[in-house]
Amino acid sequence: MISAPDVVAFTKEDEYEEETYNEPALPEEYSVPLFPFTSQGANPWSKLSGAKFSRDFILISEFSEQVGPQPLLTIPNDTKVFGTFDLNYFSLRIMSVDYQASFVGHPPGSAYPKLNFVEDSKVVLGDSKEGAFAYVHHLTLYDLEARGFVRPFCMAYISADQHKIMQQFQELSAEFSKASECLKTGNRKAFAGELEKKLKDLDYTRTVLHTETEIQKKANDKGFYSSQAIEKANELASVEKSIIEHQDLLKQIRSYPYRKSKGSDLSAGEAEHTQDQAGQTSTTSNPDESADTEVYTCRPTYTPKLIKAKSTKCFDKKLKTLEELCDTEYFTQTLAQLSHIEHMFRGDLCYLLTSQIDRALLKQQHITNFLFEDFVEVVDRMVEKQGSALLEPGQDRPPSRSLEECLIPKVLISVGSYKSSVESVVIKMEQELGNEEYKEAEVTEVSSFDLQENLDYLDMDMKGSISSGESIEVLGTEKSTSVLSKSDSQASLTVPLSPQVVRSKAVSQRTISEDSIEVLSTCPSEALIPDDFKASYPSAINEEETCADDSEGAIHFQASISPPDLGEAEEGNLENTPSHTDSSCCIGKESDNLLMPLPTPPHKLSDNDGVVSIPPQSYRQKDQGFHVDFAVENVSPSQDNSSESFPAYELDPSCLLASRDVSKTSLDNYSDSTSYVSSVASTSSERTPSVHPPGSSSERHKKRAGQNALKFIRQYPFAHPAIYSLLSGRTLVVLGEDEAIVRKLVTALSIFVPNYGCYAKPVKHWVSSPLHITDFQKWKLIGLQRVASPASAGTLQALSRYSRYTSILDLDNKTLRCPMYRGTLVPRLADHRTQIKRGSTYYMHVQSMLTQLCSKAFLYTFCHHLHLPAHNRETQELVASRQVSFLKLNLGLVNEDVKVVQYLAELLKLRYMQESPGTSHPVLRFDYVPSFLYKI
Amino acid sequence: MLRWLIGGGREPPGLAEKSPLQTVGEEQTQNPYTELIVLKAHHDIVRFLVQLDHYRFASAGDDGIVVVWNAQVREKDFWDLSGHTQKITAIITFPSLKSGEEKNQVILTASADRTIQAWDCDTGRQIQRVSCFQSTVKCLTVLQRLDVWLSGGNDLCVWNQELDLLCKTGHLSDTGISALIEIPKNCVVAAIGKELIIFRLVAPTEGSLEWDILEVKRLLDHQDNILSLVNVNDLSFVTGSHVGELIVWDILDWTMQAYERNFWDPSLQLDTQQEIKLYQKPNDISIHHFTCDEENVFAAVGRGLYVYNLQMKRVIACQKTAHDSNVLHIAKLPNRQLISCSEDGSVRIWELREKQQLAAEPVPTGFFNMWGFGRANKQASQPVKKQQENANSCSLELIGDLIGHSSSVEMFLYFEDHGLVTCSADHLIILWKNGEQESGLRSLKLFQKLEENGDLY
Repeated sequence: MISAPDVVAFTKEDEYEEETYNEPALPEEYSVPLFPFTSQGANPWSKLSGAKFSRDFILISEFSEQVGPQPLLTIPNDTKVFGTFDLNYFSLRIMSVDYQASFVGHPPGSAYPKLNFVEDSKVVLGDSKEGAFAYVHHLTLYDLEARGFVRPFCMAYISADQHKIMQQFQELSAEFSKASECLKTGNRKAFAGELEKKLKDLDYTRTVLHTETEIQKKANDKGFYSSQAIEKANELASVEKSIIEHQDLLKQIRSYPYRKSKGSDLSAGEAEHTQDQAGQTSTTSNPDESADTEVYTCRPTYTPKLIKAKSTKCFDKKLKTLEELCDTEYFTQTLAQLSHIEHMFRGDLCYLLTSQIDRALLKQQHITNFLFEDFVEVVDRMVEKQGSALLEPGQDRPPSRSLEECLIPKVLISVGSYKSSVESVVIKMEQELGNEEYKEAEVTEVSSFDLQENLDYLDMDMKGSISSGESIEVLGTEKSTSVLSKSDSQASLTVPLSPQVVRSKAVSQRTISEDSIEVLSTCPSEALIPDDFKASYPSAINEEETCADDSEGAIHFQASISPPDLGEAEEGNLENTPSHTDSSCCIGKESDNLLMPLPTPPHKLSDNDGVVSIPPQSYRQKDQGFHVDFAVENVSPSQDNSSESFPAYELDPSCLLASRDVSKTSLDNYSDSTSYVSSVASTSSERTPSVHPPGSSSERHKKRAGQNALKFIRQYPFAHPAIYSLLSGRTLVVLGEDEAIVRKLVTALSIFVPNYGCYAKPVKHWVSSPLHITDFQKWKLIGLQRVASPASAGTLQALSRYSRYTSILDLDNKTLRCPMYRGTLVPRLADHRTQIKRGSTYYMHVQSMLTQLCSKAFLYTFCHHLHLPAHNRETQELVASRQVSFLKLNLGLVNEDVKVVQYLAELLKLRYMQESPGTSHPVLRFDYVPSFLYKI
Repeated sequence: MLRWLIGGGREPPGLAEKSPLQTVGEEQTQNPYTELIVLKAHHDIVRFLVQLDHYRFASAGDDGIVVVWNAQVREKDFWDLSGHTQKITAIITFPSLKSGEEKNQVILTASADRTIQAWDCDTGRQIQRVSCFQSTVKCLTVLQRLDVWLSGGNDLCVWNQELDLLCKTGHLSDTGISALIEIPKNCVVAAIGKELIIFRLVAPTEGSLEWDILEVKRLLDHQDNILSLVNVNDLSFVTGSHVGELIVWDILDWTMQAYERNFWDPSLQLDTQQEIKLYQKPNDISIHHFTCDEENVFAAVGRGLYVYNLQMKRVIACQKTAHDSNVLHIAKLPNRQLISCSEDGSVRIWELREKQQLAAEPVPTGFFNMWGFGRANKQASQPVKKQQENANSCSLELIGDLIGHSSSVEMFLYFEDHGLVTCSADHLIILWKNGEQESGLRSLKLFQKLEENGDLY
C-alpha cells in the first residue's frame, strides 16, 4: 500500500508503484514507515487505523480553576466509543484554545464587576497524532463562586474524519449553538437564583451586623469606638458594598438580551418565563429594595445564612458540577440536544452530504414531496427549518443544481480521496476535465453566482487545513472574536515563524509548526486580515501580506466550492506540497498550470509589494476567475478537480522558496495523516452500513421494507396489479391469519402508498374488526385479520360488501382480487427479474421511480391549459380530451397509468388548497371498474 | 341490509340466485358518483335531511341534535344545534320575514320531548321554544300564503311566525296525525290512521279577529293505515296505505280519481314462487313513499318501485324487488332518473326508459353484459316478467348503486351541483359527488389560489 506520497517525487508516474518498493536507496530523511498502523489491522482503510476511538463522539470539558482542563462527560457515554483515546490529553488541547474575549471582573472605569455576555467561540482543530479532529465550541457559564464569576467550558465534536468537521462546520456550529444556548439559559437562571440567595444572605448578615453594632454602641457609652466596633463597622460596610455589587450583577444577568435566545430550543413556556423576568427587572430598574423584595416574595422558602466575613479559600470549596450550574431541566435538555447531534452527524461524510443535498432538494419540492417521502424526514425537515436560519443560504444552494449533477461530486470525492496519495492522477483528471467546460462556464455562470452566496460559503469553508504531527491547528473561529483572537494568539506564539513557514502556509492554507498552536483563518471579512497581520507583524509585512492575500484568494476559492469538493481540494494541496521539493517537478506543474485557461497565471504568483512585482488588480482578476470556476463546478462535477487544485499550482513558485526542512516536516505529517484519514472517510460507510445519520432506525426500516417488497415482487406474479391499486388510491386489504406475516407485508407495501399530507402514511398494519366505509376513506393499505370463528363472518361480509373500494390480497390462499392493470409504469417499478439484491437499493429505486412519477403528476396538475377552458365556449369534453392526450402523449402514460397520475394529481390539488393542514377530510375516490381474481 | 347480513359468504353470485334482485356489476359507466366523503357528527340514527339553500343542508335524527352542513366545503357549517332531549320527529324550514330583514331560513324541529324549537340557521341560535304539547308532534307543514305553520300530533295546531298558537283542533286520535299536506282553498289534508281528514283554516277577517280551524270532510276509502300522502299537482294529491292501496284524489272536491292496488298482483308472483313466503309479508306492499312529476307518480312499495301514470291510470313500469329490503325514500331527478334508498343500506339509481320494441328485445343487451357470470338462472326469470309487464310501456333500469352505509339508509337529498347526500342509521352522512366534476372544480380552485398567491406567472 502506498501511504507515503513523498516517494512519488522520486518516481515517474507510470511505474512508480514498482519503483516505490524496489527503491532501496532513499535518503534517510525521506524514509518513512510505509504504513504505521499495520499493527492494528492489516487493512489501511480500517477505521481503527488512525484514531484510537471507534466512532465520533462529543466531549464536554471544563477548564477547572482548581485542576485545569478536565473532561466532564462524553456522548455517547460509553467507554467503548472513545476506547484508548486520551480524554484528559485532548481536553487539555481543546481547552487551551480558548479565544473568548470574555472579560469579567472590574473593568477599568467601572466600580462594579461587569458581566460580559460573550458569544461562544467555535474552533476547529486537529491532532493528527491522536488521529482526532474536533469541532470545539467554547462557552462560559457563570458561577458566583468561581474566579471572575466564570467557568469556561467547551463542547467538542471529535471525529477521525477531518473533512467531516470541515464541511459540516456550519451545521455543527448551528447545532452546538442550540445546545450551548440551552446551557447558558439554564445557567443564567441558576446564576440569578444563586445571586438572589446570596443577596438574602448578605441582607441577613447586614441586619445581624447592624444589631450587633447597635448593641455595642449602646454598651459602649464612652463616646469613642473600640477596635471591635470599628471592625464591625468595616465589616458592615463591606457587606453593604457586596450587596450593591451583587444587586448590580443580578440586574446585569437579568438584562441579558433575550432576543438572542430565540431560536434556541427552549420551550415556549420557559422562554416566556425568562421574558417575564426580563420585563420584571426592567420595570424595577432602579437598584434599590424593590427588586429585592419582589425576589424575596417569589422565593420564600430560602432561609438566609450568615456570611462569614472571611471567605473560604477557593481551593477548599467544591466547585459546582455542570448540572448544578445549569438548571437540571436545561441540563437534560442539553444532553438530549447533544445526543441528537451525535445521531445527526453519525456516519460517513459522504452519506451526510448526500442526505443533506437530498433534504435540500426535497425542500425544494415542497409541493410534491409529501406524497412518498417519509414522515420522519419531513418532520426532520420541519425542525431544521425552524431551528437554523443560519443554514438556510447554504442549504438552499444545492437545489439550484439538478439531482444528477449534485450526486456526482460525491462519487468523485471518494475517488479523490482514494487516489489522494497518487497526486499525479488527480492532476490529470483536472487537466482533461477542467479545460473543456471552463470557457463556456465562464460565460454563462458568472451572473448566477452572486456575492451573497459567496459570503455564505466563505463563512462555512474558510477553515481549510490539515494538522501537523505535533501541533494543534486552529483553523476557524467565530467572526466576532476572530480579529482579536488572531492577533492575540499569533502574538503570543513562540513559534519560530520563519518566512518559509509562512510561505508554505500560504501555499497550503495551513500552518505547520512544532509544538505550537496556530490560528489560521478566522475572519470572514477578508479586508481585515491584512491590517491585522500588519499590526501584529510589522517586521514581516511583505511575507505576511503575501500570505494574507494568497490565503484570501484561497479563501475565495474554498468558500465557493461546494462542500463536497473541499476535502479534495485540500487533498490536492497537501499532496502538491511535498512533491514540490523537487524543482523539476514543480516546473512540470507550472507548465500544467499554463495550460489552464486562467487569466494570466504568472501574474498571480506575484505580490503587491513588488516582491514579485505584479499589478494589484491581478488579484481581482484572480478572484473573478475563481468565481467563474466555482460556479462552473457547481454545475459540472468534472470541474471539481480542476478548481480544487488550481490554487496550489498557482502558488507553486512560492513553494519553491520553501526550505527542505519545512517541506519535510509537512511531508511527514501528511504522509501519515492524510492518507489514512481519507481512507477512513471513504471506507467507513462500507464497513458500517448502519451509520446513516438521521434516524438509523428508519434506515433499517427502509431497508427491511425494501427487502420484503422485493420478496413480494418475486414471489407473487400478481404484484403489479396490487401495487397499481396502491398507487391509484384503491385500498389494498391484506388478509391473513398470521399477524407477523401480514404486518411484514403491509410494511413492505407501504413504500408504494402515497401520503395525504405530511403525517403518517395512510397505512393500518393490523385490524381485526369489520371494516367500515370510513376505514377506506382513511386507510389505503390495511392488514386485516382472518379469523376462523363465526364472529368474523361480519368481517368478510363487510369486505365483500365494500369490494368496489378495495383490492383484496389473500395471503392464506395466495389470491388477489383487484382491477386489471395493463400499464407500463409498475413493471418498471417492480420488475420481478430485477438485478437489485439489497433492500435499501430497491428502496432507493422505488423512491427514484416514484419521484419521477411525482414530477409527472406535478406537471399534469399545474399545467394551466389542461384544466381550464381556453375560452368560454369550450366544452368540458374538449378540456377532458386535452387532458387525456397530454397524459398519453406528453407524459407517455399507458392505460391504467393515467389513473395513477390522476390520483396523485388529486392529492396534490387537495394538499395545495388545504388552508390549514389536517382540517380537511380525505376524499374517497373510486372507480366502477370490474375486479379480477388472480391466483398463483 | 337483510341480504348482506343473511347472505354470508363473499361470493355475490351465490347470493344473487336467492332473490331476483336486479344487480348491476362493478362496472357502472353511467354512475357519476365516484367520490365520497363521510360526514360524522351524529351519535344516533340520522333520519332527516332538509335542504336550506343551494349548498347547505341540515340533518337531524334520534340523538336530538341538528347539524347544518355545507355540501360545498364538505364540512359542518357551525356547531350543532342541540336543544332537544329526545329524538327529533319532524323538521321543516321556512323563510322568516322578520321586520324588513332579509330572508333568513328558520329551521323548525319537533321532538319526542314534546317541544318545538325554532333555529336561525345562519347564526345557529335557538330563536324560540314551545313546550305546550300533550303529545309528540309528528308532522309539520308551512302554509306560505297565510304565513302560518301547522303542527300535527294528536291534535292539529296552527302557529304564526312568532310561534304564537293561533288555534287548534280538539283531540283527534291517539295514534296521531301521520302526514299533513296543504291543498288549495286554505285547506289541509291530514292522514290519521285509515282516515283522511280535510280541515279548513279560517283566517281572521273583519268579522272575527280569531283564527279558526274546521274539520270539513273525512275520507274513509283506505282499508289500512295511510302511510304516505303527497301533492301531485294542482289537480290532485295521492295517498298510499299499508296494504298497497294507491288512491289519487281530486284536490278540489276531494273525490277519488283513481284507485290502484295492483302491487301484489298474483301474476307477478308466479315467476318468483320460491320467494312467496318472503313476499307475502304484509309490509312488502306497504307504500312508504311517493314522489311525482307531471305525468307519473313514483311509489316505493315494499321492496319495489312502481311508476303509475296519471293519464293512463295504470302502472307503466315496475321493479318489484328493487332492493333487498323496504324502500324508504325515493326521488325523481330531472334527467329521468330515479333514486331510491332502502333499509338494506344501499342507494340505487334507476333510469326510466321507454321500451321501443316490446316483444323482440325485452331488455337491452348492453345491460345484461354488465351482469357478469353465473346469473343465468336469475336472468331467465327476468325476461318473463318483462313480457308480462310489456303492457307497461316503460322499464326501470338500474344504472348504478351506491354502497357505503352499513345500515339502513333513511333518507337522501339531491343537490344539483353538489351531488347526493345520504343519511343512515349507522349515524353517518355520506356526501356522494361526481368525481370528475369535483376534480375539475379543484383544478379551478387551484389556479385561483395560485393566482392569489401570485405564483401563476
